Amino acid sequence: MLRPEDFDFLAKLLKERSGLVITPDKAYLLESRLTPLARARNLKGIEDIVAKMRGHDEALARDVTEAMTTNESFFFRDTKPFDQFKDIVLPQVMAARMAKKSIRIWSAACSSGQEAYSLAMLLKEQSAKLNGWHVEIVGTDISVEMLDKAKAGLYSQFEVQRGLPIQMLVKYFKKKDESWQIDAGLRAMVQFREWNLLKDLRGLGQFDIVFCRNVLIYFDQPTKAGVLENISKLMPADAFLYLGGAETVLGISERFKPMAGQRGIYCLNKDGAATPSFPLKAPN
Amino acid sequence: MKSCLIVDDSKVIRMVAKKILNELGFRTEEAEDGIVALDRCIKQMPDAVLLDWNMPNMNGLEFLHELRKLPDGDRPIVVFCTTENDIDHIQEAITAGANEYIMKPFDSEILQAKFSQVGLL
Ligand SMILES: C[S@@+](CC[C@H](N)C(=O)[O-])C[C@H]1O[C@@H](n2cnc3c(N)ncnc32)[C@H](O)[C@@H]1O
Repeated sequence: MLRPEDFDFLAKLLKERSGLVITPDKAYLLESRLTPLARARNLKGIEDIVAKMRGHDEALARDVTEAMTTNESFFFRDTKPFDQFKDIVLPQVMAARMAKKSIRIWSAACSSGQEAYSLAMLLKEQSAKLNGWHVEIVGTDISVEMLDKAKAGLYSQFEVQRGLPIQMLVKYFKKKDESWQIDAGLRAMVQFREWNLLKDLRGLGQFDIVFCRNVLIYFDQPTKAGVLENISKLMPADAFLYLGGAETVLGISERFKPMAGQRGIYCLNKDGAATPSFPLKAPN
Repeated sequence: MKSCLIVDDSKVIRMVAKKILNELGFRTEEAEDGIVALDRCIKQMPDAVLLDWNMPNMNGLEFLHELRKLPDGDRPIVVFCTTENDIDHIQEAITAGANEYIMKPFDSEILQAKFSQVGLL
């Protein structure tokens, strides 16, 4: 059994490092995900993990944080956002950037890269229209393990069968032993970087389209508001934000407003009051 | 209610697929090879076919070629479901007119994902 003081220590650490909120009713998650980690490190159990971290063990704290995040992702997740991207968002952004001919897209909390690569495939399919354009896709995540996987672009047979149309698999992937690897050409279109959403985001530059899906859901209200506020600062007035199917800005941030008729897409709210700035704590 | 013809020489696979498809709201029929399947299609064209590749008498690819020649044979959405998992086989299936392709082993999640991709769900 997890001792209350260990639970409190872990909950606080996770909240500070990644924003993840663990309530007492989810204590079982700590046990199921941290017990294997303890075993892998030859520690007796969660108690030992906590004891070691109380004495400051950065590497262990990192591993604990990674072990507790949910990394599930799939290609073309929810389908619709990608149709909207192709049919509505990309044409609008292109029209607005005609002079510059440059677009930057961000997959924030990209996990193992499926979202970023789905976008890369869609852009590849539009190569004729994008001739002469410079399009950059940046994928960021807190998990180094997921980023390594994303960079390798290697997916299991199971992963390539969830959401990826078979024509795309044939066109853009090669079989490598029992796995499937996305083409080097597509891998070169995406830049993956380690970045904590709770940290100062300004070093990432400006983005015309931001995908921040299925990550805010794990945060509490003030953290959600703070992250949305910081993301809004990276977006020019005519940029677009995508949130996940179970996420919204309503009641959380006035910096964004839903795009009329397009579920899941948000635009900057010019009159929206800035959410009071708040300390987003995270180690550098 | 949409109908799906399950074509596989393995009774176990047919049973598993039937259970998943019933749960997804499909009326199902079964056939153990391409010849039986073709016969079923001539009598009544299903909305979807879940199709194994390697079967005695008439294999999945031969069945697909014959199916597409039938009147109304272009109507069913055909999803291959096979252990053949190399690019050449997949390409051949697509060229022959398959709409989607599942590599075994499969589960309800994959089947559901593939069926919704081709608009069956
Ligand atoms: C469920 S995945 C979502 C992946 C993808 N966006 C999607 O919708 O399919 C959530 C990801 O958020 C990452 N994450 C959690 N907290 C984070 C933080 N504070 N900063 C950056 N990434 C974080 C996790 O490592 C995980 O890979």
